[in-house]
Amino acid sequence: MNLNGSGAEARSTADATARRSYGKLVAYLAARTRDVDAAEDALADAFAAALADWPIRGCPDNPEAWLLTVARRKFLDRVRGQRLEVAAEDIETMADGLAAAAHETEFPDQRLGLLFACAHPAIEIGIRAPLMLQAVLGLDAARIASAFLVAPAAMGQRLVRAKQKIRMAGIPLRIPEREELRDRLETVLDAIYAAFSEGWIDATGTDLARRDLAEEAIYLGRLVTELLPREPEAMGLLALMLYAESRRRARRDVNGEYVPMAEQRIEDWDAAMIEEAEQYLLRACDAKLPGRYQLEGAIQSAHIARRRTGCANWAEVVQLYDGLLAHTPSPVVALNRALAVAERDGAQAGLDAIESLAGDPRLAEYQPWWAARAELLARTGKREEASYAYEVAIGLERDESVRIFLDRRRAALAR
Amino acid sequence: MQYLLTLYADEGAFAKMTPQQQQQGYAAYMAYTEALKAAGALKSSNRLRPSATATTLRTTEGKTQILDGPFSDSKEQLGGYYLIDVPDLDAALSWAGRCPGVGHGVVEVRAIWDMSSPGK
Repeated sequence: MNLNGSGAEARSTADATARRSYGKLVAYLAARTRDVDAAEDALADAFAAALADWPIRGCPDNPEAWLLTVARRKFLDRVRGQRLEVAAEDIETMADGLAAAAHETEFPDQRLGLLFACAHPAIEIGIRAPLMLQAVLGLDAARIASAFLVAPAAMGQRLVRAKQKIRMAGIPLRIPEREELRDRLETVLDAIYAAFSEGWIDATGTDLARRDLAEEAIYLGRLVTELLPREPEAMGLLALMLYAESRRRARRDVNGEYVPMAEQRIEDWDAAMIEEAEQYLLRACDAKLPGRYQLEGAIQSAHIARRRTGCANWAEVVQLYDGLLAHTPSPVVALNRALAVAERDGAQAGLDAIESLAGDPRLAEYQPWWAARAELLARTGKREEASYAYEVAIGLERDESVRIFLDRRRAALAR
Repeated sequence: MQYLLTLYADEGAFAKMTPQQQQQGYAAYMAYTEALKAAGALKSSNRLRPSATATTLRTTEGKTQILDGPFSDSKEQLGGYYLIDVPDLDAALSWAGRCPGVGHGVVEVRAIWDMSSPGK
């Protein structure tokens, strides 16, 4: 027997099963006891057992069922041994339920319930996205910590606390009632988008943990649209993420330097991804229930259409921003609207709109506000003020290639 | 699962209300309590005497001291509680959201630690 070969095969089957089924297995195990921690530990034991067993005996026909059987045993041991607050009858029902499930090829997908538990309003807002990534996708605390620029030990502790809260406070792993669904879905979508945004910061894709994060967020976005196919905002978010992701490669040139959207090479955009985003956005709009993510997706779609057709549609973009601002007021949205106004009505009009936001303290440390202001000051011929604004923007930016880009713009003022 | 809803409010505000407003306030709590009973969710409930009547005990340097007044000095004081039995936190939050106390103060929701199984 070729142990090496089958070892590699076992590992790759285990990896594939983990990727496909991890969240399903955790959700299934945790659904009755709300003990996400014990479910994760049991599953980790089951994967370890698989890596020891499969290279010798071969991969089972149904790896998921195999893992569930082993995980179930480990899970019950853990729950019985440590988590005594789970009522004995619950453990027995669970034992019966799990035993029956082991013989089925399909078991119910309760990942959505798990997502709703992770993004529950009773869970601290900043830990919702990391918790989802861990519980549903199985990312470890260290990897999540590096993606969110947090110390691994601190991230680990916060994740443990959040899982404790789910168990001790009795947060249910289920889809909320109809009247609550929309509000609660918003917290799920926000957490997914937070993960995506975190991954989006690293444009070059050199930071693997971060680039993966954007992909994982898209995976979660797809999952929600599959499991709740009628929710327009879920489709809007997926469209928004796909539009952004489609331009990832184009954001840097061959030398790794920053390229603003207006100068990106359209050939570098992922046409298939854009097409998919358009489809989701269209389907979302059918529901006639506009929301933040659909509007943001529509803005992306308008920008992309303009670049592709060369046909300016700034009036439409300003209108979309008006809608977004009415729906989700935020200084960042107002800033982006001002930039669209500058294109529609001229640099001075845009500058006026930007200056009217100057009182908002949240923008004082916001690099795009300073960069946008610098750009418009330059266009209206106010070189000195523009130079200062560029300087502040450069000082606020953490990405080297963007700093170089801004510095070059600043140098161009002199000419 | 059992949950304790503790109600905190500014005690001064109640005294400042007109008798009619106070009457409306009582009626709202009565109705809430009845609704909990009708749903079979109520285990027990009580209103507390004002915090000025509270007495606090603590040990300093090995000696137990008895002090006049409540544990916390804050403006919002514990004024009553509901002990309810519902399936999960969402159900508890849904009941807490209907409590008149949310309209004029703060309601805290805490799961009861079942001591018949005093595990972690």
